[in-house]
Amino acid sequence: MLRILHQIFRTGIVTEPLPKEVEAEIGIVGARLEEAIIKRFRRSLTIRMVDAGSCNGCELEIHALNNPIYNCERFGIHFTASPRFADMLLVTGPVSRNMEIALRRTYNATPPPKLVVAVGDCGCNGGIFDENYASLGGIGKIIPVDATIPGCPPKPVDLLKGILRVIGR
Amino acid sequence: MSTLKESFTSKLGTDARQDGNQYPASVTVFHVPRERFIEAARAMKTSDARLVAEWATDETLFGRGFDILACFAKGPEYLIVKTEAPVEDPAFPTLTKKFVAAYRFERQIRSLMGVIPAGHPDPRHWIKHEDWPEDAWPLRKSFDPSKPIPRVNGEYNFIKAEGEGVYEIPVGPVHAGIIEPGHFRFQAVGEDILNLEEKLGYVHKGIEKRFEALSWTEGVKLSGRVSGDTTVAHALAYCRAIEAMTGCNPPDRALWLRALMLERERIANHLGDIGAICNDAAFAFLLYQLSRLREVILRTNDRLFGHRFMMDRVIPGGVANDITPDGVKEILSELDSLSGEFERLIVIYDENPSLEDRVRDTGILTPGDAKELGVVGFVARASSQSLDCRILSPFPPYDRIIPRMAVLQTGDVHARAWVRIEEVRESIRIIREMLNTLPEGKISVRFDPPPADRAGFAVVEGWRGEIVYWVQSGPRGEINRCMVRDPSSVNWLAVEQAIHGNIVPDFPLCNKSFNQSYSGHDL
Ligand code: SF4
Repeated sequence: MLRILHQIFRTGIVTEPLPKEVEAEIGIVGARLEEAIIKRFRRSLTIRMVDAGSCNGCELEIHALNNPIYNCERFGIHFTASPRFADMLLVTGPVSRNMEIALRRTYNATPPPKLVVAVGDCGCNGGIFDENYASLGGIGKIIPVDATIPGCPPKPVDLLKGILRVIGR
Repeated sequence: MSTLKESFTSKLGTDARQDGNQYPASVTVFHVPRERFIEAARAMKTSDARLVAEWATDETLFGRGFDILACFAKGPEYLIVKTEAPVEDPAFPTLTKKFVAAYRFERQIRSLMGVIPAGHPDPRHWIKHEDWPEDAWPLRKSFDPSKPIPRVNGEYNFIKAEGEGVYEIPVGPVHAGIIEPGHFRFQAVGEDILNLEEKLGYVHKGIEKRFEALSWTEGVKLSGRVSGDTTVAHALAYCRAIEAMTGCNPPDRALWLRALMLERERIANHLGDIGAICNDAAFAFLLYQLSRLREVILRTNDRLFGHRFMMDRVIPGGVANDITPDGVKEILSELDSLSGEFERLIVIYDENPSLEDRVRDTGILTPGDAKELGVVGFVARASSQSLDCRILSPFPPYDRIIPRMAVLQTGDVHARAWVRIEEVRESIRIIREMLNTLPEGKISVRFDPPPADRAGFAVVEGWRGEIVYWVQSGPRGEINRCMVRDPSSVNWLAVEQAIHGNIVPDFPLCNKSFNQSYSGHDL
């Protein structure tokens, strides 16, 4: 136990300030964001992540949002296990044929108003997998999409920017 | 002891014809008549070989039928047995009676290529879900991948356990956390798991078919996205296969940089997963600490290689990025601090009784099962199997910078975590050695596409284990077939076995300790 406390003490708080341009962006979006979160999300934005066919690269970066360096909870961003509590669906991958139905079901299980954000080049337009018998292309081909965050995969900072952009408008 | 090749020729005699179009020459390929395919497998079984992969190719563009290939390995030796099936009679005798791993390989051959494994005990499709038309065989040349395939009515019959108090728990495809989709069906009594059956294929993206529409140089981008967490190792295996078939020799500096990236990928994934295992054992402290270390590695990757996961940095003929002397210094000092912090955290892991209680004796994969299933990578090494391509089939610089193999016997969650702890240490050590011996010179050479009707084979030890590529050129020198075998294709079988006798609440922990790829498996 002492060792754990020692390590905690040694590490300190590592949540780092975001790069300048992102901080500036947060500053601008901040006021509207707070208003939007209070009004629309009661101070907490709850996200359900859905992998609709990704290569798992995008998941790794979404995961990173929870690490102590990005620590997205401090922005009021919280990942939930059920679509029923979700304000936002963060969807990755080209939609695979074998996931199409599950994606539609998850979408239908999410209460309105639901925001859908397509993550990664694949989520935007199918990426390198293109469209074929098994990959149906971007998320927008299957369910309505409110915003996209391109990148292969988008970096955690890009994800934060993207999420803040969607709810701030 | 005789080699696989010797025992093969002694058992099959003149019926075994060696194939000269396959590279590298160190991997022997034997043609056998269809009726002797099982005998060939039996010869491999008695020689104590494992089944590495089994796949089929459509050879109609050459005016031939289908080829069925089975790759076996023992120690450093890989041997491929090949047989033919005519278009009018697309079938071959099943190898399931000899090799358990053949179960899913052959279901997949039947589902996607429409070549029937005669005598296979399981008639259900694999990857091809129940709502696909029976005759949709995407890997056949006659199949038009641009057309959507209609949905039909169908049902997938899970294995059912019967008896008083037996109930069923379906889980997925969409899981609770931020992970990939797949379906698990548990049969349980109370909390005890009687049986677990996986149903995968949800993220099947038609990757093997997609390769056939790409050029050789475009192909590497796709291989780097078979399983995003293993982008370096997959791209490397693809490149080594196509370089073998064209005689392309990347410069030494490129080989060193490739190995450097491969080891950095190993460290980053091991750090993240060791942390995640601790988290699933209700010890979140180590998750946060280790994910912080992982993040540091990724940020350095981004600065030095221009991408956090080093995607698209391995290219045919070499690598895309060089590293400066300052970059070398930066990595060396990063490793110093990483190594210090890592060791402090491992002491905490090791001395925590509540963690120990959860990870010891949980999710045991016995050495016997590990061998029988033919598992690879850290899963194999945690269950007594001494398998590591870096050591058994080394390419430079691994022929002179040799990692020590960590092998444990207990096969439980702890063993799988501990093997990875040892591997982080080894990777740190060998990266230092690589940087200290980094050759000068160019980082790539020109890559010329292969001539028609050739095949290339390569194995690379990614962080999950042995990755296999078999690539074949068509009549116009294009990609005719690209077979990908991620470690997950065999290791998923082990998750079903290891869960027997455990309780339902321990499943996430067990599963995490395997952490196999859905995308790499489903393709
Ligand atoms: S965008 Fe890139 S990282 Fe994300 S799923 Fe697609 S290929 Fe993978």
